[in-house]
Amino acid sequence: MPIQILMPALSPTMTEGTLAKWLKAEGSAVEPGDVLAEIETDKATMEVEAIEEGTMGRHLVAEGTENVAVNTPIALLLTDSEDVSALDQSPSPVPDVALASATPTQAPAEPRGALPTPALDTDEERFFAATQIQTVREALRDAMAEEMRKDELVYVMGEEVGEYQGAYKITQGLLQEFGDKRVIDTPITEHGFVGLAVGAAFGSLKPIIEFMTFNFSMQAIDQIINSAAKTLYMSGGQMGCPIVFRGPNGAASRVAAQHSQDYTSWYAHCPGLKVVAPWSAADAKGLLKSAIRDPNPVIFLENEVLYGQSFEVPTDSDFTVPIGRAKVVRPGADVTVTAFSIMVGKALEAAEMLAGEGIDAEVIDLRSIRPLDVDAIVRSVEKTNRIVSVEEGWPTCGVGSEIAALMMERAFDHLDAPVARIAGEDVPMPYAANLEQLALPQPESIVAAAKSVCYRE
Amino acid sequence: MAKPATRAASRRPIARKGAKAKRGMNRPSPTREELINFYRDMLLIRRFEEKAGQMYGMGLIGGFCHLYIGQEAVVVGMQAAINEASTVVTSYRDHGHMLACGMESRGVMAELTGRVGGYSKGKGGSMHMFSREKNFFGGHGIVAAQVPIGTGLAFGHKYKGEDAVCLTYLGDGAANQGQVYESFNMASLWKLPCIYVIENNKYAMGTAVSRGTAGTSLAERGAAYGIVGEEIDGMDVVAVKAAGEKAVAYASSGKGPYILEMKTYRYRGHSMSDPAKYRTKDEVNRMRQEHDPIDNVKARLAEAGVSDDELKAIDRDIRATVTEAADFAQSSPEPDPSELYTDILIEA
Ligand SMILES: Cc1ncc(C[n+]2csc(CCOP(=O)(O)OP(=O)(O)O)c2C)c(N)n1
Ligand SMILES: [Mg+2]
Repeated sequence: MPIQILMPALSPTMTEGTLAKWLKAEGSAVEPGDVLAEIETDKATMEVEAIEEGTMGRHLVAEGTENVAVNTPIALLLTDSEDVSALDQSPSPVPDVALASATPTQAPAEPRGALPTPALDTDEERFFAATQIQTVREALRDAMAEEMRKDELVYVMGEEVGEYQGAYKITQGLLQEFGDKRVIDTPITEHGFVGLAVGAAFGSLKPIIEFMTFNFSMQAIDQIINSAAKTLYMSGGQMGCPIVFRGPNGAASRVAAQHSQDYTSWYAHCPGLKVVAPWSAADAKGLLKSAIRDPNPVIFLENEVLYGQSFEVPTDSDFTVPIGRAKVVRPGADVTVTAFSIMVGKALEAAEMLAGEGIDAEVIDLRSIRPLDVDAIVRSVEKTNRIVSVEEGWPTCGVGSEIAALMMERAFDHLDAPVARIAGEDVPMPYAANLEQLALPQPESIVAAAKSVCYRE
Repeated sequence: MAKPATRAASRRPIARKGAKAKRGMNRPSPTREELINFYRDMLLIRRFEEKAGQMYGMGLIGGFCHLYIGQEAVVVGMQAAINEASTVVTSYRDHGHMLACGMESRGVMAELTGRVGGYSKGKGGSMHMFSREKNFFGGHGIVAAQVPIGTGLAFGHKYKGEDAVCLTYLGDGAANQGQVYESFNMASLWKLPCIYVIENNKYAMGTAVSRGTAGTSLAERGAAYGIVGEEIDGMDVVAVKAAGEKAVAYASSGKGPYILEMKTYRYRGHSMSDPAKYRTKDEVNRMRQEHDPIDNVKARLAEAGVSDDELKAIDRDIRATVTEAADFAQSSPEPDPSELYTDILIEA
């Protein structure tokens, strides 16, 4: 019986792809290692290689088909002893597929397509008169490109940002537009190139440093804290350091402890830095532009899982989002839920679930962690009298700990229940799919915490 | 492409004070049995990695998965040069190193699928596996972090007066990290028995050595610290082993660290999600056809009169081992949820 060839997973976060091109026509001979087809993911075009030898029997998925789910049969391969008549027998999956009965566990697919534009309560609103749908990835790239067109002193530097177009394709096209003077591929030498960029910033350049992921910023943390954050103070205000450190932060999918850590509270601890962590594409763009223009070091925390998600983004290139301002992304009366970055999506899911149980949650996207928009949180708690803080990072000395303390200081008389904290489990990130799922905050845990502060268990 | 079995390794002693290196003198040619072992060990890695690639495509393996295909001769040759007490540490491209250290295929594969039968009970994954029993100290995901760690293992060998060295593997890209040079300085200063094996596979992700490294001889990178370095044909397992033995003899005699730059090549992308647009298909094919480390040993085996049937029997054995590993990796259960909270601290 013919062998089924399945749509392969080509990256940790891939769930589907486009079958761009067949390179083996029906009837042609196939050797192991031959390229059968080209698959486009949101990141790149990849080649599918044959594992078995035989003859290409039939293409089950036509060229150009989009959104082909991983593991969908895409072709039938005839083995040596078979002729075309075998194609109409029921195909046997390759033995390995039969073994694959333990269903591969995958991170839940994030919501696709355009999310509803949240209600706005600030002066950013006017920019939303004219918008386009963009992914977070595109929004980040546009923010950099627009600022680089405006200001010659802005340049981008990091590992694989140029010729490779970015490990996560955030800098796509920048090398082509701005050249290798301003889009600079570095060796793998984070402590060195961050120190160099801090020096360049003291000398009034405006570097944008891409960390391939924020996990690798640990190599450079001395230069970030001891040099970038503190020198203005130590020089009595002379030595400003206009620099942006950006890149994906937090868990992606199954990349285990050394590559899955949320550094928000680490950086938020340090005076001399600003720390932002946007969720939507509009905020990603508006905040990155503000960060680049800011005369201070800004830690700009992105999230790999969000890169491919689409949102409405204002088209006006003057659109920016001020650092330090939270945003109510879902108004509500019964309980305040604060979140940032990818957890905003989880909080909104939880709010939907809560609505089904008659609890009207107000979701606040903090966007900026340092400075934190405490007034916005207090205003909400004055109305709801209850608050749940959500973050992906560890609970101890986390952003939630800070919010709990601030609510004690600033909203004590308005609280009808103790502040609740939802955070990542207090463990290094495990690799196993089931354990990873358990280690990360899920909408269900947010729902449970919200019900508990509403005394509705 | 048969090469005479006695061919001297292409080597270039550097920063060597005094004595000249003896080029291929008095070096016995490998025995038939040795060649068969090389063949078996390299083929196991090759087949294991092919299977891992396949299983990644099926969604059974997640996250990052860096295959070692093409570089097999480096780890197999080096492992043949050390004694049982010696230690090994490397980066995330670690499957081959573990198999060469004698760790079981099934345990490695089950870690790749995140199951309880894996070497880290499913909690570490492809990049983070360890075996105290086999003296394999990881599996490290942060580029070059293993270099000071390996230097520390060597420090321990010297401290305890052990007859052992630490093989510290790193990539060409890793060789640009500052902590590598901090390690070189200490290792040389304190004469630590550390062998730095730089696996120069020409690329660090998409960055060719010439685009990321000023002065492209990595063997010379220890010169300023007085560390001897040699460049070796890392596609030739016989040359690798000979170089390894020489380095081990040097380091264990109390003379200090040694650098071996292994010229090698990875056939696959950096990880499973690398479209590899930074090099041509031709370049890859040329390496495969003209420099394949397994073909190299096959040719030597033919010269030594080993029959095709004997090799076929080895192939069959290896396929069976790998299939068994893949089955185990899929039937071993996921870790119990309670494992989430274990192994964080040792109860004191
Ligand atoms: C400190 C740090 N920076 C960046 C990365 C991302 N990264 C992983 S592997 C790699 C390339 C390393 O290349 P090389 O040292 O040549 O080893 P190879 O992958 O070729 O074996 C990069 C940049 C990382 N894991 N750690
Ligand atoms: Mg390399």
